[in-house]
Parts: sequence; structure tokens; C-alpha cells
Amino acid sequence: MTATTTARRGRIRPSARPPETAVRRRGRAWTVLAWIAAAVFFAPVAWMVLTSLHAEVDAATNPPSLFAPLTLDQYRLLFGRNITPFLVNSLMASVLSTLLVLGLAIPAAYALSIRPVERWRDVMFFFLSTKMLPVIAALLPIYLIVQRLNMLDNVWTLVVLYTAFNLPIALWMMRSFLREVPREILEAAQVDGAGLVTTLRSVVAPVALPGIVATGLICFIFSWNEFLFAVNLTATRAATSPVFLVGFITNEGLFLARLCAAATLVSLPVLIAGWATQDKLVRGLSLGAVE
Amino acid sequence: MVTRSSNRNIVSAIVLGVAIALLAACSGAGTPSDDGSVGAAGEPPPTDGATGETVAGADTITVLMVGNPQMEDIQGLTEEHFTAETGIDVRFTILPENELRDRVTQDVATQAGQYDVVTIGAFEAPIWADNGWLTDLSGYLAEDEEFDGDDLLQPMVTSLSGSDGNLYAAPFYGESSFLMYRIDLFEQAGLEMPERPTWDEVAEFAAELDGIEPGVAGICLRGLPGWGELFAPLTTVVNTFGGTWFTEDWEAQVDGPEFTEATQFYVDLVREYGQDGAAQSGFTECLNTFAQGRAAMWYDATSAAASVEDPNVSSVAGNVGYVYAPVKETESSGWLWAWAWAMPQTTQRAEAAWEFISWASGKDYERLVGEELGWARVPAGKRASTAEVPEYQEAAAAFYEITQNAIQEADPQGPGVQPRPTVGVQFVGIPEFADLGTRVSQEVSAAIAGQGTVEQALADGQRQAEAVAENYRD
Amino acid sequence: MTAVATRPRRSAPPLRTHAPDRRERWRRRLPLLPALVFLIIVTQLPFLTTVGISFTDWNILRPGQRGFAGLGNYVTVFTDGRLRAATVNTGVLTASTVLVALLIGLGLAMLLDRSFRGRGLVRTLLIAPFLVMPMASALLWKHALYNPSYGLLNGTMNAAGQVLGFQAPTVEWISTMPMTAVVASLVWQWTPFMMLILLAGLQSQSTEVIEAASVDGAGGLATFRYITLPHLRQFLELAVLLGSIYVVQTFDAVFTITQGGPGTATTNLPYEIYLTMFRKYEYGEAAAAGVVVVIGTIIVATFALRVVSSLLRDERVT
Repeated sequence: MTATTTARRGRIRPSARPPETAVRRRGRAWTVLAWIAAAVFFAPVAWMVLTSLHAEVDAATNPPSLFAPLTLDQYRLLFGRNITPFLVNSLMASVLSTLLVLGLAIPAAYALSIRPVERWRDVMFFFLSTKMLPVIAALLPIYLIVQRLNMLDNVWTLVVLYTAFNLPIALWMMRSFLREVPREILEAAQVDGAGLVTTLRSVVAPVALPGIVATGLICFIFSWNEFLFAVNLTATRAATSPVFLVGFITNEGLFLARLCAAATLVSLPVLIAGWATQDKLVRGLSLGAVE
Repeated sequence: MVTRSSNRNIVSAIVLGVAIALLAACSGAGTPSDDGSVGAAGEPPPTDGATGETVAGADTITVLMVGNPQMEDIQGLTEEHFTAETGIDVRFTILPENELRDRVTQDVATQAGQYDVVTIGAFEAPIWADNGWLTDLSGYLAEDEEFDGDDLLQPMVTSLSGSDGNLYAAPFYGESSFLMYRIDLFEQAGLEMPERPTWDEVAEFAAELDGIEPGVAGICLRGLPGWGELFAPLTTVVNTFGGTWFTEDWEAQVDGPEFTEATQFYVDLVREYGQDGAAQSGFTECLNTFAQGRAAMWYDATSAAASVEDPNVSSVAGNVGYVYAPVKETESSGWLWAWAWAMPQTTQRAEAAWEFISWASGKDYERLVGEELGWARVPAGKRASTAEVPEYQEAAAAFYEITQNAIQEADPQGPGVQPRPTVGVQFVGIPEFADLGTRVSQEVSAAIAGQGTVEQALADGQRQAEAVAENYRD
Repeated sequence: MTAVATRPRRSAPPLRTHAPDRRERWRRRLPLLPALVFLIIVTQLPFLTTVGISFTDWNILRPGQRGFAGLGNYVTVFTDGRLRAATVNTGVLTASTVLVALLIGLGLAMLLDRSFRGRGLVRTLLIAPFLVMPMASALLWKHALYNPSYGLLNGTMNAAGQVLGFQAPTVEWISTMPMTAVVASLVWQWTPFMMLILLAGLQSQSTEVIEAASVDGAGGLATFRYITLPHLRQFLELAVLLGSIYVVQTFDAVFTITQGGPGTATTNLPYEIYLTMFRKYEYGEAAAAGVVVVIGTIIVATFALRVVSSLLRDERVT
């Protein structure tokens, strides 16, 4: 707040100081504000990580004990409960469904942008409209169908469902990215008689690669985080990490520290992936709209 | 034609990608227990039906349980002490109570058969048994001499039996309710706690002790919505005040004078002398409050004592006295609850499942926990013999006798002043009660938080209870 | 949809050099078919099943009593008022979450659209909430932040009270302000998402235009109002659309933080259907509610798609 007031005062008397100083001061105020916002938004995450490093008794105190001794006990407990299969299942469900989404979405996006089918807008709308339907309404029939197919508690079931959930968004994103491919090159390729795969691989892919990465990342995040279907369609073999997470809630004892440890651990892959590719994420979320 | 063959290339490219990812995912972890769908990467999923058949072997059973500390212990002990001896692999899924109930109900009702053993509570056991969802355990019980079924406490057996009188779930651990109080604070105030207090006495103590030290509440009581949270203690208060949810011939009594008086008493008590955040306090929050010395009394499950006396968790260990659940019109008022192992009808590995149940509910397992993890962590409250083990007596000296007595005294068939239509102390043994109890508890909890009145909550509750009762009146 | 379909074509698609014959049309369609067929099977088959179930009287607690119910379930759904309450809650929840997240996201995006020391780190910290698993974030807010006896919010107030010498109140966040509590956790989660979209929008703005404006003597506010905002319009629409699509489906947060309570104060449509299915075990009724919600969504979505159509339209202008 002090910084802001100073900046304003600087603006009131422009003649007293060179204008750059005022601008710079205001800039500094904005910088401070940005840091405060970052701190506020990150605080819950930081608190989660800190709590996960405390003992249960220290985790549930009032006022909070910030400086309680740190311990890795909670993480040891997680591996004692065998978190690995859950992480593997999550990884399989999200990676495989992401690949499948891309495999379906890229050719489809091609048919909606570069060599569009007739009435491509209607097709586009159909895809998007499936994304707006409440997934919960599909839980019961999907459960019954999956049970009839003897596919309960099977990672492939989740792969298929997550593919369907993410396909519309992926298609939309991919379409936006494919639009950026220069027309002249495409036309040249067409004249040379290149087939779809050749065109996709040698002309489209290099231009659209950042878009593919961004799309893949978004699909990965949403699949990794899905809880409702995971908890209802799996049992002991195909359960994913969100299911592991809720297993720490108990009505008979303290669980905050270990819950935070589990929450940290299961969020980590997405956090790392997201942080590592955040520039592409920015681009990806804008769906390549307007340059 | 170029396009079509290219398209096939794409598909094979995808398949290849999928296969690589799959191999990478599996080799990355390499847990032998995850035999999921490895090596089935021949085709993309939509056309793939075969992988679902990679079912666990015949000597593998699947167990669904709640994440309570005792279950966590058994998960840790199973591989070394059960699988090693019997060769039966056990796979656990742990879910919170509510999700577990949803999952089991759906699994059994739709005959999906994903679980061989599930933990269920005393509430579900008779209902599910009568629905034909559970395997009758009495045959196994009779044949399994090592199990010693006669050692099980009678109220436990009663509450886990179907209406045919057969046992459908083997108790893992059981509890009643009692009143815990801080000996030091009572001495400081010059008060004496009788062995069998009345609720009126407890209210006086609470008034006297509230704020005796800064931040110390007179009493700690649950206020968190949920039929198994708020309504566990509250229904025992209603019982001993002479109220009931339903009469024997299914007349709803939720807005009856005794029910109202009891609820008003409870709400006033916790509002005036209760802990902070009462409307959001369940068992865990109360344990935390009491264990950190922020309440002079706490009325809750007998199973809390093990944590309260554990110096690692509790700052009041050794300073706590235990007396019977407070009463008004009845002789005793403690509740009765058990977590028990049941076998869904749909299991295909009943023999292996019983072997696990027999081990988990047996005497030897109690001894194993005592020796491996400490006697305070024994899943107690189900067998008469537990209280005779000297090591257990020593570890639970402060509370084992009263716990055992409270369980023995509980009468699930006649907990109040009038005859009841179903079995159950702190709940009504009908499936609709989960919904009914939770809805009414939300409004009572709101009254505890200062929004709305008890009369309003119970008037709404009466309407809902009446709608439920209609289904049962012939 | 119809409005869009009948709209005259704006310009010929770029690669169409001659009128497509039958074979050419199928060649164009082929790459689209796998995705289309896949999505139709996976989404429409369950929907047809739902419609079928919605006409049955099916409570799984009464095995063997399954029968045809006609429109009975629909009558229940429309008369008992719970669905109406849930619809209102869903609207409030979605609208407030999306709007608040959008405004904060806009502010943050503008803060980040300048170069300053540590900008990369600030952005890294800011996007973290979006990357935390929603279930984890719901549990975190409920148990670690909102808990009245040991949550961080009350704990911080209490600590401040002890230092400054006042008695901090014990606020029961979840029972006294349930909707706000849920919305706050969702806003926390979705603000980074909005911020990223708008940041991309701001960064795509040509700096020359801004500089030209400031040379012309336009103040910061005027530049924002007349240059930045119109430029951002498309990105704002996109953020609202995508945000709504996901927030309207919110289940984890309601399920975890409030369980729809107190009473039904925060029961939204997904949770209400879940309750009918798993607490009342009325499969027929749950299916009927699902069908009604799907139809309602289609009506709302048709309006939402107008926004999309503007997004699709504008692209041809450049």
C-alpha cells in the first residue's frame, strides 16, 4: 500500500521529478502487487506441503504450528500403503487416453480446417455440445454397460471414457492450431501428390507441434484429475490416484498430515508437467485464437 | 485409395504409440501386484474386450474397507502374516465411509461381484442380510473351531445377525459410548463425577467448568451433519429422554415432546458450553479438541479412549476419567457399533474369503497386533477373552472394564422406554434412515450453528419420517 | 444451430480448387470418421440407456420389483422441487465462480503482462492452483483451511489475535457461508485458467498500437477501454465458455466440502443426481433427472454456442 501511495504522489508532481521515475515507481508498485497475489494464491499449496512434512499432532493445532519439527513419516506411510499401483494406473489411463485423443483429434481437425468437409461448423458444434452434457447423468448407464461388458475395474475402461471426455476440447484446440499452417505449403504438397500421412508428418506436424504438446498436456491434466468415474468404475486393480487420496479420510482419528502428503504426491506429476511446459500452456489455452 | 491406406497407417501409428506408452508405464513401476492389463496392447481400447479377463488368480481376494486406523494396521500386517501362511493374496481398496457404502450397495445390488470381503457397520448388516446380499456365515462359524464363535460378545452377535438369527458379518472391533472427563479440572473445581451420571448433572458440570481455563469448553459434543455423526450421540440422548424415531407400529415421533426436549437439551448444551466450531465437529474434530485439552468433558465412542491415552496424540493422557453414558429415564444409554467383515453373495472365492475373515476376527490376530504394534491398538470390543489378556489389561487399564461393560449393557433390541420396530440403538435399522437421519441432522446442525430452530428442524424431520414410515405400515 | 447452418457461406474454403465430387467428399470425411464414430458410440449409447431406465421403476434396495413406470419418474422430478433448487444452486455457483475468477484472472493477467524481475516465478506460483488435483484441492480447503478448530483461516486469525491482543472469533466457514466457501475454493482453482487465456490474449496484442495510443496521449484507462478490451473480447468469451463448461459440472468440491448442505443450500445438479442414485437408490428417478438436465443443458448450450459461433466466425475476418 505504501508503495502505491508513493507512486501516486510521484504522479501529482511530475515537474519535480523526471517522468521516468514516476513510471518506474508505479511499475514497482505493480510488481509488489503481483508478488502479493502470487503469495496469496500459492499459500494453500505451500501450506499443504508444509503440513505434509509435519507429524499428525502438529498438523492439527490452533494456532497453526509453522515451525514444528519436519518429518518424512507421512510419505513413508504412503509408500507403506503401496501408492505405486495407483500412480501407475493413473499414468496409464492418462497417457494412453491422451495419445488416443491426439490420434483421433489430429486427423479429425484436419478434416475440419485444412480440407474441411461440408457443414464443418455443424460437426464442430456436435463435438462441443457433447462436452456440455452433465457427465453425472452418464454415470449410471455407463456403469451398467461396463458391467455387462465385464470391463469393471479395468484401466482400458477409463482410457476409453477419458478419451471421449477430452476429445471435443482437443479437437477444438487442434483445429485452431492447424489453421495456422501456411496455405501455400499445403497447396504445394497437394500438387506434389502427397497423401494425408505425408502431409500431416512433413508439413503440418512441424508447425503444429507446440499446439499438439499443449493439447496433450490439457488432456493429460483432466484425465489425471478425474475422480467420479474412477471411484465408481474401479476396485482393487485399476484404481487411480484420486481414489487413493480419499482413502485417507477417516472418521476415527487424525489424518490431516498424511492427507496432505498424499495430496502433494498425487498432484506432483501434473504440477511438474504444467510448470515445465507453462509457455505452451498459455498458448494452448488460448486455443490458438487470433494472432 | 491413397487416403484410406494412409488412414490405416495412422491407426497403426497410434497402436504403436499406445504400446510404447504402455510398456513405459509398466516398466517404470514394476510392481508385481499390478498385473492389470499388461501385454494387451494389440489394439486400441474400443475394440478390445479381452483385457478385462485378466482377473486375479483363484488365491487372490479383494477387500474393500474404510480407512480407519485398525484397517490400516491390518493392511500392513496381512502380507507377512496371512499371505505368507495361507498363500492367499489380499488386495485392499480403502475408501471413506460414505463412498464405501455407495460402492458396496451398487456392487452387490447390481451383482457386479468386485469384492470378496467388505467392511460393513452394524447398521448395514441386518438390512443387507435380509436383502439377500450377504453370505450366511453361521455355517463357516460352526465348522471353524479355531475361531471360537462363542467368545464373541452377545450384543455384537445380535446386531450383526439377520432377522433369521444367523450371523452375516464377523465383528472386527466394537464400541459403545461413554463420558470422558478431565480428572484434573474436576479436582480444580472441586467437583466429583459419579460413576453413572445423569444428563442433568452433566449439564451442571458443563456450566461450572466452561472456561475454567482459557479456551476450555465445558463439554465437547458432535454437531457435524450425518446420521452416523451428530445423530449417534443425539439419538442416545433421545432414547434416554424417553423419545424414539418410530413407535413399534411405525408412527413417526420426531416432533414428539420427548424427542424435542432431548434435542433442545443437546443443542442448548453444546451452544452454551460446547466447543468452538461445534456444528462442524465430528468424531475426529472432537478427539482433536479433547486431546489438546480444550474441553472438560466429552461424550463419545469408547474407542476414543485408546487415542486419548496415547501421549503421542494427546496432551491429556493419564488425566482422563471414564464413566457410563449419561442417562435420564433409562438405566443405561450407551450405543452399540461394530465394524465387521462380510462376504457379498456374489463372491466366487468364499473359502479364501472366510479364511481371511477368520484370521482378521480371531484371537490370534489380536495377539499379533498387541505384540507387533502395541496392545493399545488391538481391535477390541468384540471378544470376551480380550479383557482377560494381562498385557491388554495393563495397556488399557483406565478404560477396558467400563468399555466391556458398556458393550454388554447395550441392548440393540430395546434401547429406550418403548418397544422398537427394528434393531439398533443409535439408528433405526431401515435403509431409508441414512437419508432421513442425514437430512434431519443437517437442520439440527444448522440450529447448533445458530441458524433455524429445533422446532423447525424437527417439524421438517417429522414430515420426512412420516413419509418413510408409510412404507412400513401394513 | 439452425441459424448457423443456414447462414450463407462467407468464403470458399482455402483448398477447394474444384467442386468436390462424391469421392472427393468421402475422402475429406474419412479422417473425421474415427473421432465422430467413437464419440457417438461413447456418448449417445449411455444416453439412450438413460432414457430407457428413466421409464422404469427401479430401486435397487427392493430387488425383484422392477417395472415399467411410464412418466411417473418425470412427474416426481418435476413436482418435488429438489431439482429446481439444485438448478438455481448450479446457476449461482457457476455464474459467481466464473465471473469472480474472470475478473481476478484479468487483473492478474495484466499484472503479468509487463516485464519485471521474477515474472516467471510469479506466473509459476500463480498457475499452481489449476494444476493441483481438484479432489486434493477440495480436501485441502475443507480440512486444512476451513476447519473451524484447526484450519488455517481460523488459526491465522487466532494467532493474530494472540499477538495483537484480541479474542479472535471462531468462524464456522462451511456452515455459515456454505456457498461462498465452495465458490472460493473453485475461484482459487479456476482463476489461473482464466489468467492463462487472458494472458495469451494480452500478449498477442501488438505493441505498436499501444505505443501509438500513448503517443496520441491516451491515458492507461482509455487505452484499456478502447484498445485492450475490444481486443480481449474474444478471449473473454472463450474463458467464460470453457470455464462454464467445466464449472457447471462441479462435483468434487460440493461432494467433499459441504456434501450439498446445510440442508440443500449447496446441492447442485450433479450432486442432486448423485444423491438420488446413491442415497435414495432410485435409479429410475435419477435417470429421469438426468434426461431432464440433459435437455435443459441443450437449450442453454444453444445460447452458449452462439458465443462459439462468433469465435468461429471472427477467424475468417483476418
